[in-house]
Formats: sequence, structure tokens, C-alpha cells
Amino acid sequence: MAEAVLQAPRPDGPSAAVRHVRRNWVPYLLLAPGLLWLLIFFAVPTLSLASQSLQTGDIDNGYALTWHWQTYTDALSSYWSQLLRSVIYAGTATVLTLAFGYPLAWFIAHRSGRWKNILLILVIAPFFTSFLIRTLAWQTILGDSGLLVNLTEATHTTFLLDGFKAVLRALGLISNDQLLFSPFAVICGLTYNFLPFMVLPLYANLERLDLRLTEAASDLYASPVQTFRRVIWPLSLPGVVAGTLLTFIPATGDFINSVLLGSTQTTMIGQVIDGQFLRVLDYPTAAALSFVLMALIISIVIFYVRRAGTEELV
Amino acid sequence: MSWIRRNLVIIVGLAVMVYVLLPNLVVIVYSFNKPAGRFNFSFTQFSIDAWTNPCGTPGICDSLGLSLQIGVVASLVATVLGTMVAFALGRHRFRGRAATNLLIFLPMATPEVVMGSSLLTLFIALGVPSGRTTILIAHIMFCLSFVVVTVKARVASLDPRLEEAAADLYAGPVQTFLKVTLPLVAPGIAAGGLLAFSLSFDDYIITNFNASPSSVTFPMYVWGAAQRGVPVQINVIGSVMFLGALAIVAIGQVVSAQRSKAV
Repeated sequence: MAEAVLQAPRPDGPSAAVRHVRRNWVPYLLLAPGLLWLLIFFAVPTLSLASQSLQTGDIDNGYALTWHWQTYTDALSSYWSQLLRSVIYAGTATVLTLAFGYPLAWFIAHRSGRWKNILLILVIAPFFTSFLIRTLAWQTILGDSGLLVNLTEATHTTFLLDGFKAVLRALGLISNDQLLFSPFAVICGLTYNFLPFMVLPLYANLERLDLRLTEAASDLYASPVQTFRRVIWPLSLPGVVAGTLLTFIPATGDFINSVLLGSTQTTMIGQVIDGQFLRVLDYPTAAALSFVLMALIISIVIFYVRRAGTEELV
Repeated sequence: MSWIRRNLVIIVGLAVMVYVLLPNLVVIVYSFNKPAGRFNFSFTQFSIDAWTNPCGTPGICDSLGLSLQIGVVASLVATVLGTMVAFALGRHRFRGRAATNLLIFLPMATPEVVMGSSLLTLFIALGVPSGRTTILIAHIMFCLSFVVVTVKARVASLDPRLEEAAADLYAGPVQTFLKVTLPLVAPGIAAGGLLAFSLSFDDYIITNFNASPSSVTFPMYVWGAAQRGVPVQINVIGSVMFLGALAIVAIGQVVSAQRSKAV
């Protein structure tokens, strides 16, 4: 459609066309350096990775492109459980960031009054401080003689912690009495680390939401639950979609949380790829796993964006 | 009970706030600890030793310096390149716009481990040795898209009538750009630059693929320390970063609040 318009003969004569062409240079000049950078250091490496995944050989004698598709089936049959686990952990963390982030974003946007800026700063500031150091702090919090245990002992509320552990055990998120080095700790870390990625787009969206709409809904006898489901939620959908994508995509590939807070039972796919590349030096397997991960994420994202119905986003 | 129901949003919001801030408080508190062993897990004794001697552990300040250097250069380059792309996308209709948007979106939708490993494959194929330069190249690459998105939002929200008004008042295109457009877009560029710096400064996964044993960034140092035993100095640096970030964001908020009052 757009191309047909561009190629249509112009009624306003050649001089206008020349001016048009000259002005058309500007965007390409502006784009060139940035796009070249992305082409050379993002697009080309991705293609080079694709080629690597189909090569055979070893690091000493070099690799040759042999279209060895079996690397994919081998890699998948060895590591499907880590792949599945990554999607489940990242998906759970995304749902939790939404459940925690939505009330927080609403609270900051509409209920915090003159505290608004201060609360916003407190949500953004951790974003600018070291991700790794904060993740290590969770070891101190969740550890066996850690803050949580000490705190409940000091306040004689160990029964609360025990109840919480019982729930986690029933859900299969911890296997013994330990909070740290368990699926619970990994999901807790992922949720924590990616929460700002959810809160900020949600806040940007909810802040613009006109509160008179909720008044109008209640004037029309909608209950608070109905108002939320029929008015607020649909209007906040672009923020929800942006936030969930910004959380889910990096969380699926992340392995910092699963290494620092998890155990060998919680290995995620990023850790496998990292190890295959840097320790095992099996480049084809690592490249194939990278591609499978990418394909998996892209298909989940496309399915999700279609379902959520905000197609202008991607 | 009805009080709880009425204030549910506030209660949940504050609880989440505690969850967000708890690790930062732990980092600050444990920066005043004197640990008994290699690991700084339980608080044994109050001490300001680490604060008076933040470089006391070998390698820690070298890695910090390298990360600062890379962060500054990478965010500067990414901000300049990204701002140019954002202006092109926000201001011009041209052929290939959709493809450009896709190329900008893809790095944000690609897991870091995939980007890091693919770049490593390229560097291996080309025989480029890993080090400072390869880290810089990688950081500029993954920061670029975030700068474009941040600046583009600001460019798109610009009122074109302001520039028309400047032209009506006989400002040339260059003058209009420097005196009207750029100051209006500046907060977006600053936000994009800050975001790029924090992404670069904090990155472990991509950096680890493209670094050499002699180019250890701060996140790489922390990662190594997590296995060997975390020195208290790491908590000191973490505290300084948290308080510094609070200060920077707070100053930014005050300045922008005063500016909007003045206008």
C-alpha cells in the first residue's frame, strides 16, 4: 500500500520530486551509523550463529558447514527439561511481577499524593544499582541463618515462616526446610530483579488513565470488580503487554538468579548455553540451543501479542 | 476488615515497596559488618573498615574503573547513534521504516545469552581477540535499541507547532534545531543515556562472552567473588551506587519540577 503511494507519478512536476529526493536523504544519513552497527554486530553474528549450529568439527581442527541438523535433535533431547524449566520459571516470575507490579503502579500513580515522586524514585533507584550485588543480598535474606529466619525468631513469629514453608513445600517450590537454593529462591530473585521492567511501563500507562472513567462506571452501578474488569484492565492492556514482554524475554534467558539462588536442580537454559560455549567449547550445540531458545521465545511472544490484541506494539 | 478492603491497594503497594527495597537495605547494613569468615552472610560485628578502605581487596577498584570507562564510552556512543536513529524514525517517513523498526526491536527481544554467544562466534570467525574493544562493541550494540525507544517517545510527543513558531520568527533550520528542538528532546536523550549507562555498567552475561582474563568488569568481579567469598567492599560499592542513584534521580526530579513551575 505504502509503496504504491510512493511510486505513483507525482503531479507537481520534477522540481518538487528533486526536492523530495533531497529531503529523503536526511533520514538515511541519520539512520546509517546506528543501523550499520546493528547490522554488523547483531544481524551478521546471528547469521553466523545459525551457520555455526549446522557445522561439525572441533576447536582444534576447525569447523565446516555440513548442514548437520542432528545437532538440534541431540541438543533438544539432552536439554529439553532445562528449556521447559526456563519457560516455567520466567512465566511464573512474569505473572508474579504483574500481580505485584500492578497494585504498586496504581498506588504510585493515583493514591500516593505528594509521596508520588519519592516512591517513583525508590522504584527506579534499585534499577541503577548493581543487579548482581542485589541478587547476592537475597542469599543473606533467605539463607539458613539469614535475615528472614533471625527476624521471625526475634519476633516469635517462626510459625508464620513455617506455615509459608509448608505452602511452598506443597507447591513443590522447596524440597526440604531450606528456602535458599530452591526453585522458590530462583523465582523470588527473578520476580525481584525484573519488577521495575513491569512497574515502569504500567506506571506510564496507568498515570494517563482518566479517573473520571472509574467514577462514570460507578455512577452506572458497576461494582469495583466490574469497573476493574470492564474499564481499567482493558485500558491498561498496552502497559501490561509491554511490561510482560520486557519481563518474560530477559527472564527466560537469565541464569544469574538460577546460579546464585538455585541448585543443580534449577538449572536454566542460559546456564547450559553459557557452559557449552565457554567451558565445554561445543560451539555447534551451544549455537543450536541459542536458536531453539530464540525461536521458542519469539513464538510465545507472537502468540501472546496476537491474543492480547495490541498488535501495534510489535 | 472493611478498612483492609478499602485500603487494599495501599497495603499491597507498600508491601511490594518493602520487597523492592529490602535487598538494598541489606546491602547497606552488611557494608558495616566485620565478617568472621570469607562469606559476609551473618552480621557479626559493626565496623567501618570497609568504608574507610573501599579498594582494600585486590582487583576490586580496577574492575570498577574498567566498568566506569566502558559505561561512559558505550553510553555516549549509543546515545549519539540512537538519538540520530530516533529522529529519523520519529520525524521522517521513508522507505524501509518497518524493516528499521524490526531491526531496532529484535535486540531487545533476544535473550542476552544468545546475543553474547553470537557475537563471540563472529569474533572467533574473524580472529578478533577478546578484550576491552570487543566489550565496548557489544555494549554499544545492546544499549542502542533502548536509547532509540526512549528518545523516540520524546520526539513523538513534541509539538510541531513550536518549531513552526520558531521558523515564523525567522530562525533558520540549524537555529531552530539547536534552540528549540534539542532542548525539548534533551530530557529524553538524558534518560536514554542514563539507561544505557546503567545497562552497560550492570551487564554480566554478554560481557562474560566477550571479555578476556585481563579485562574484568565490575559485574565479572562480583560474579567471581560470589564463588570465592564476597568481600565487604562489594557491599560498600553497592551502597554507594544505591545512594548515588537515589541522589541523581532525586536531583533530576527536583530540577524538572522547578522547570515545569518556571514555564
